[in-house]
Amino acid sequence: MALVAEIIFILLTSLALFSFAKKLGKIGRNIHLGKAVIINDQKASRFKNILLLAFGQKKMFRNPLVAILHLFVYVGFIIINIELLEIILDGITGSHRLFKPYLGNAYNFLINSFEILAALVLFACIVFLCRRNIIKLKRFVSKDLKGWPSTDANLILAIEIVLMSLFLLMNAADKESNFIVSRHLRPYIQNYSPSTLSLIEESCWWLHILGIYAFMNYLPYSKHLHIILAFPNAYYAPLVPKGQMHNMPSVQNEVLYAMQPELAPAEATVPDKFGATDVMDLSWKNLMDAYSCTECGRCSTACPANATGKLLSPRKIMMATRDRLEEVGENIDKNKQFVADGKTLLHDYITVEELRACTTCNACVEECPVSISPLDIIIELRRSLIMEQSNAPSEWNGMFSNIENNFAPWKFSPDDRDAWAK
Amino acid sequence: MKVNTMAEMMANGQTPEILFWVGCAGSFDQRAQKITSAFATILDKTNINYAILGKEEACTGDPARRAGNEFMFQMMAYQNIQTLNGYNIKKIVTTCPHCFNTLKNEYPALGGNYEVIHHTTLLQELIEQGKIKFTDSNEWKGKSITYHDSCYLGRANEIYEAPRKVLESLDMELREMKRCKSKGLCCGAGGAQMFKEEEKGDKRINAERADEAIETKSDFVASACPFCNTMLTDGLKNREEEVKTEVLDIAEIIAQAIQ
Repeated sequence: MALVAEIIFILLTSLALFSFAKKLGKIGRNIHLGKAVIINDQKASRFKNILLLAFGQKKMFRNPLVAILHLFVYVGFIIINIELLEIILDGITGSHRLFKPYLGNAYNFLINSFEILAALVLFACIVFLCRRNIIKLKRFVSKDLKGWPSTDANLILAIEIVLMSLFLLMNAADKESNFIVSRHLRPYIQNYSPSTLSLIEESCWWLHILGIYAFMNYLPYSKHLHIILAFPNAYYAPLVPKGQMHNMPSVQNEVLYAMQPELAPAEATVPDKFGATDVMDLSWKNLMDAYSCTECGRCSTACPANATGKLLSPRKIMMATRDRLEEVGENIDKNKQFVADGKTLLHDYITVEELRACTTCNACVEECPVSISPLDIIIELRRSLIMEQSNAPSEWNGMFSNIENNFAPWKFSPDDRDAWAK
Repeated sequence: MKVNTMAEMMANGQTPEILFWVGCAGSFDQRAQKITSAFATILDKTNINYAILGKEEACTGDPARRAGNEFMFQMMAYQNIQTLNGYNIKKIVTTCPHCFNTLKNEYPALGGNYEVIHHTTLLQELIEQGKIKFTDSNEWKGKSITYHDSCYLGRANEIYEAPRKVLESLDMELREMKRCKSKGLCCGAGGAQMFKEEEKGDKRINAERADEAIETKSDFVASACPFCNTMLTDGLKNREEEVKTEVLDIAEIIAQAIQ
C-alpha cells in the first residue's frame, strides 16, 4: 500500500514538474518572439538591482505597511519551500518527517519558524482579500481588472490561505508533534480517535502538496508569475536615466545619409518597419515586462492621465500586451508558425486614444515594484502611428511642420529667437 | 542687457565658459521670456562669461521624439550637434528640463557630448560658492512656497534637491504638495501634450495639479520648467477668484533677491 502511494506520488510530482516546465518553455519562446536587444553591460549594477528591487523589494517600501504584509507572504513563500523539500522526500521515500532524527532540536525550531510564517502569510492574505473585496481600494476595483483578472487575484489569495491552513492542520493532527502555532488548533480535534487524526494528517499532507503542484501549474497562467520573473526583470531593468529614450539607429542613419550622402553604404538597407504595431515588434524585455506584471495598479494610480479620467491605464497596456502575446503564442502552437490573424496589438488591443493621453512623465515606471516600463511600449506604438501610419492629431502635424520650417514647435520666425535679449 | 551670441564671441576670438541654451519656450513664449531674462540677469551679475546660440539655436527635437516622430528628432539633433560641435561647446546650461534631458541624455548617442546642467543646479552651486549674494531686504524671507517637480528634472534625471535648496537659502518656508519628488504629479505638458488638446477625461491634469498646489495654502508656487509654469498658471487661473497664487520660476525668485 505504502509503495503504491510512493509510486503515485512520484508520478504526480514528475507530471507536475513536466507540465510546469513545458509551459515555462512556451513563455520563454513567446518572450523571444520580441526583437533581440543585447543587455549585458554593468553586471555589478544589475546584480545590485536583483538584491535591492527583487529580494529587497525596495519599491514596495514606498508604502511600508503594505510592504511588510507583502514581505510576510514573500518570505513565507520562500522559507516554507524549505519544508517542501522534506515533504517531497517524505513522499518519495514513504518516510514521515525525514529530517527530524538528523536535526534534533533544530528541527523543532525550523518547523516552529515555518508555522509562524504560515500564520503571518494567512494573516496578510486575509488583509489583502479585505483590501480587494471589502475596502475596495480604487486600483483593485478599476475596470482594468473586470472579469478574469479580478478572479485571478482573489483565487491566488484563497489558494495561499488554503495551503497554509492545510500545513498547520497537518501539524496539529500529528500526535507526536507539538509546534508553536498548530498546537493551538489541537483542542478542536483532540476528541477524534488516533486513526481519524492520522487520516486528517495524511489527507492534509496530500492536499497540501497536490495543492502546491496545482498552484505551481497555475502560476504561468496567472499574474502570480511575478514571483519568478521579478528577478530577471530587475536584472535587465534599464540603468540609464529614466528620461533617456531608446535611440533608433536605423532612423539616425537614414538622416545621416540624407545629410551626408557620401557616408551612405552602396547597398543601403531600409528597415521594414519603424516602431511597433504588434508584440513581435517590441523588444523581448518589453514582452518579459508583460509576463512580469502583477497587475497591482500602482502605475495607473500614479498616472496623471488615468487619475484625471483619461482612457489610458499603464497597467492595461501591460495586460493587453500579455494577452496579445499569449494569443500569438497559441497561434504559433496551432499553425507551427505565426499566421496573420488580422489583429495587432496596436488598434485591436491598445487604442490610439490611450496612446495619445501619455505625458511621458515616467510616474508609471517609477512606481513599478518589478521594474516594468509601460512607457517603452507606449512610445514604440506611438512611433508606428506617426512614422508608419501618419496618424497624428492635426495640432501635432502643425507642431511638426513648425519645427521643420521654423525650428521651434510654434509658428515664430527663427530670426526672432534672440528677440528677448533686445 | 547685452547678450553675446557664439558667433559674435567667435568673431572676437573669445570662448565663453558656458553656453546658455535658451530653448524654444524661453525664446518665444512671452511668459517664459521673463524667466530667460531673469536667468541672464543672474549670469551677468555673477560675472559668468556665457553666450547663447541666438538664431542658430533650434528645437532639440524633444516634443517630436516623444510624439513618435523619430525622423524629425534625428534631423533636429543632427543640426544642433553640428552647430554645437562646430563651436566646440563643452558646457551647457539650460532653463528647460526638456532641453536639459535631451542634450544631456540623448545627444551623446548621436555624437553630441557636453557637460549639461540645469539652471537650478547652477544656481545652487553659485549660492553655495557665495557667488550669489542676496540683498539685505530679502523680500522672500518667511514667505511660503510650494515647489512643483518637473518630471524631466525629477523622475527623469533625479534632480529633486537643487531647486529646494535654492528656495531654502532664501529662508522661504517650503511646503510640499501631497505628491512630490519621485511621486510628483505631472503638469500635463510632457510627451508633446503641450501642443495638443488633452484627451477626454473628467478633469484637466493641470487643474488637478493646481488644486494640489492650492491645498498647501502657499503664497507662491515655484517651478523650474517653462512648460510646467504655463500649465500651472493656466490651472490656477480657473481658481483665481478663490486664491491668488503666482507661479514663479526659481530663476525669477533669485533674480529679485540678488545683490
